[in-house]
Amino acid sequence: MAGIGGAETTGKKARWGLVNVVVVVYALFPVLWIVSLSFKSKKAISEGGFFPTEWTLDNYAAIFSTTEFIRPLFNSIGIAIIATLIAVVFGTMAAYAIARLDFPGKQLLVGVSLLIAMFPQVSLVSPLFNIERALGLFDTWPGLILPYITFSLPLAIYTLSAFFKEIPWELEKAAKMDGATPGQAFQKVIAPLAAPGVFTTAILVFIFCWNDFLFAISLTSTETSRTVPAALAFFTGSSQFEDPTGTTSAAAVVITIPIIIFVLFFQRRIVAGLTSGAVKG
Amino acid sequence: MSTHAAVKAKPVLSEGKKAERRLGLLLCAPAAFIMIAVTAWPIIYSFWLSLQRYDLKFPDKQEFIGLENYTAVLSSPYWWDAFGITALLTVITVVIELVLGMALALVMHRTLVGRGLVRTSALIPYGIVTVVAAFSWKYAYTPETGYLAELFGGAPLTDKASALAIIASAEIWKTTPFMALLLMAGLALVPDDMLKAAAMDGASGWQRFTKIMVPMMKPAILVALLFRTLDAFRIFDNIFVLTAGSQGTGSVSMLTYNNLIKGLNLGIGSTMSVLIFVAVAIIAFVFIKVFGTAAPGSDNGGKR
Repeated sequence: MAGIGGAETTGKKARWGLVNVVVVVYALFPVLWIVSLSFKSKKAISEGGFFPTEWTLDNYAAIFSTTEFIRPLFNSIGIAIIATLIAVVFGTMAAYAIARLDFPGKQLLVGVSLLIAMFPQVSLVSPLFNIERALGLFDTWPGLILPYITFSLPLAIYTLSAFFKEIPWELEKAAKMDGATPGQAFQKVIAPLAAPGVFTTAILVFIFCWNDFLFAISLTSTETSRTVPAALAFFTGSSQFEDPTGTTSAAAVVITIPIIIFVLFFQRRIVAGLTSGAVKG
Repeated sequence: MSTHAAVKAKPVLSEGKKAERRLGLLLCAPAAFIMIAVTAWPIIYSFWLSLQRYDLKFPDKQEFIGLENYTAVLSSPYWWDAFGITALLTVITVVIELVLGMALALVMHRTLVGRGLVRTSALIPYGIVTVVAAFSWKYAYTPETGYLAELFGGAPLTDKASALAIIASAEIWKTTPFMALLLMAGLALVPDDMLKAAAMDGASGWQRFTKIMVPMMKPAILVALLFRTLDAFRIFDNIFVLTAGSQGTGSVSMLTYNNLIKGLNLGIGSTMSVLIFVAVAIIAFVFIKVFGTAAPGSDNGGKR
């Protein structure tokens, strides 16, 4: 991928280096700021500089000593993992069918998923609020898991069917010719090829569920099922007279950690997943 | 071997073919069922609710009132203010994101040094929880706490114009990388040889960009615009955290939420839900019919 119409001179490299620094700073400074806030003491917060003048772990100690944060964290993790698992399993089944099989209603399914991908979530808030109250799902885990699965499925189906179309399926046939049973062919040949796509999709779906705010504040009312983003909006600090800036920042940093880990370790896969699903379709 | 034969004999529905159809439907059933149960039924129910006077504070007064809620909402200045703000924010953010996203896509695609580092950092805004980012911006602009507050004259979040600018910038920061990734996928389809040939023929960088890259990337650009426009139109999280809709910065999603959860007025809330749904449907229709955006996946049937 050499530069067009010119050699890779040092000057050019320096210019790219500068551009890259701009991008990195642009992307990271709001994150650094909230990390910095989370380590600031009360006094340092009111001073207003970018970096802490006085470091402390009090904010973290405070949030991990209150159910106001621990319970939502538990909810966030549980709800996101369950929703991701179900969405990925159902998404894999549907994507396999779309990529590999010929059946009536295939276009319809693709169309419906596309519609849902574009669906304004707020339009569902009013009816779901009432339906879930009637069914007893309001303020429960399933009450959030269901909409999360629904809105992750289009993402899962698109990403996975794009991945599945790239798999050289002739290998399966070849394995069978060589005497492998269909089970062996799947397990030894297809599953290893499909696994990266499934894994990537799981990350994207998890990020989506982890991120949701609108459903989380509309379909919950107590700590039993409120997730961290929703809880943050109602955070008052360890006592109601305290300014919650430091504790909110600490909680915000804690829920950012999984995202940072995903991005650091699976950058290549996330990029591949997002680009393949959206354009090649 | 038998499946191979079945694929060849297309016109007749052989046993294998029937089994394939059955399996296909079976595999899609759970996904299709959940998607329809959680969206289609509620949106129909929402329409039904929107035809009622239904205030949870006065449940006894529930009755069918036809289109009265629609007249109430559509003649309300609050609705049109929120609609105007939503439209304004959508247009501003999507246009700026397209420009910045294109620049970022070119950087991520072409950079000579540290490509991994650039891509990794660009994914952070995409992945971070919107509420977290919104709090970061909020504190940055909070007087005495934030490093940006002084720069913008004390308390920028309490003034309508600067608050809107802050909301827009928070949205742009968060979603430009996503736009860039979608555009980068389009960029990958532009053959390098063609760009080199154009360069040899004396085309300038700008000419190569406008005459070759943009036309070839058109489908990717339209898809990115469609997705981002629809997404921007539902803006909620950033506004909720940054201003909670004060100073006239509320979007239609904010207004619906306030009527429903705070006001407990299901009738009005549902009416707004339906109106937003219609607005989004119109935007999608315009993109697909007028601009000819190829909906991703629309050509799925032909290719295997």
